[in-house]
Amino acid sequence: MIRLVAALGAAVLAGLAGLGRLALFTAQTLSHLARPPFYPREFGHALVQIGYNSLPVVGLTALFTGGALALQIYAGGARFSAEAVVPQIVAIGMVRELGPVLVGLMIAARVTSSIAAEIATMKVTEQIDALVTLSTHPMKYLTLPRVLAATLVMPVLVAVGDTIGIFGGFIVGTERLGFNATTYLKNTVDFLEARDVASSLVKGAAFGFIAALMGCYFGMTSARGAMGVGRATKGAVVAAAVLILAANLILTEAFFAL
Amino acid sequence: MIRLAQVHKSFGTNDVLRGVDLDVARGESMVVIGGSGTGKSVLIKCILGLVAPDSGTITVDGQDVTRVPRDAFLARFGMLFQGAALFDSLPVWQNVAFRLLRGRLKRPRTEARAIAIAKLRRVGLDADVADRLPAELSGGMQKRVGLARAIAADPEVIFFDEPTTGLDPIMAGVINALIREIVTEMGATAITITHDMTSVRAIADRVAMLHRGKVRWCGPVGDIDAATDPYLDQFIHGRADGPIETLR
Repeated sequence: MIRLVAALGAAVLAGLAGLGRLALFTAQTLSHLARPPFYPREFGHALVQIGYNSLPVVGLTALFTGGALALQIYAGGARFSAEAVVPQIVAIGMVRELGPVLVGLMIAARVTSSIAAEIATMKVTEQIDALVTLSTHPMKYLTLPRVLAATLVMPVLVAVGDTIGIFGGFIVGTERLGFNATTYLKNTVDFLEARDVASSLVKGAAFGFIAALMGCYFGMTSARGAMGVGRATKGAVVAAAVLILAANLILTEAFFAL
Repeated sequence: MIRLAQVHKSFGTNDVLRGVDLDVARGESMVVIGGSGTGKSVLIKCILGLVAPDSGTITVDGQDVTRVPRDAFLARFGMLFQGAALFDSLPVWQNVAFRLLRGRLKRPRTEARAIAIAKLRRVGLDADVADRLPAELSGGMQKRVGLARAIAADPEVIFFDEPTTGLDPIMAGVINALIREIVTEMGATAITITHDMTSVRAIADRVAMLHRGKVRWCGPVGDIDAATDPYLDQFIHGRADGPIETLR
């Protein structure tokens, strides 16, 4: 029994220590926002890598999800003669929930893993040490540009995902379920409110911050060797996905309260 | 110029440095030898501030390295890493000119590129290498690029961490000769870490042997063959039998 309590205590302490390290890492990252030098070239590169290069995967995910959502809502709505609500529910479902969450998870899979593996490999091959000897702060050069770029570009990706998702629903609604195109679009536009869009974009920024931060944190704290890089990558993706889902609940609750 | 006094460093229960005392004079080429895991790399990382010592003092020109402005301090140093540590995502010339493209030593891009190409030529590489990525180069070429990067900003002190590891004997000889030439012509102070006795004889003015976290022997390179220290004798002759414990 004592061993069990000791093991539980050790796990709790390790968890708290990890949270403390993550909080410190986050604070250090943010502190570099106000302290030059800045690296605009690295920021621009990160914008392209995280934003522009993620467009295909974001677009395809949203398109298929929007189409499937329309079919599900139609099938479910038919049970109580509410098939007509497909445009409205697709719009609100994509914009308030599925758009930001799915884009966030796709970015966690594509970008967080890439950042963690890249930075962990840099650590293993002494490139991080080389940066320091070249008078360049690794957090300024590697972490801040990626976190800032992801935070700023994710709302754009989410907006693109929302739009394409609604378009996926529109295609299925008009081509498969027999909705009138003009009516479908009108119902979509009339039903959406500014705060729906605002909540989507705010979630996008928060999820982008989390995704890039986790990639950088696990990369920078990676252990040596190939196994260390593998663990850092896996840990970063899992942590980013879980934190994105937790943040989604908190932000949804916050927007409900408004 | 560089003075280490009673420097200790542990990682967990592993005491790596157990009171290192070492003096390196200005313009001197000091080579630190010792078996694997004796703390040679940790030693130079402590001098550069990449690793903080647990106790003891490290001074450069009389100034405690933990109390000097970091950027100005690091601008005086160049380092060639064991695996070259080139940045994969940058072409060769941007690796070499990294320091000249940002920070306090920043120059116009065209000037930085010209300096990078001149430094590449100095280490025996053609200008057509400049736009290639590090992954496209052989191990020997990567080492040369790493050397060009280490000397790009004309540092006062250069560290070489296992400069010939992984290279064939001919390329190792080329790198050794380059290091000796460059250190002499620049008048730089050099600290080299190596297991390779050919490198020691080619590069060193003085040699320090690290064993069990302390400097076991230190003296001019010409004295190592006549030294009576049994640990040094075993190491430089590569004998399995002797006071240094080996795993079999």
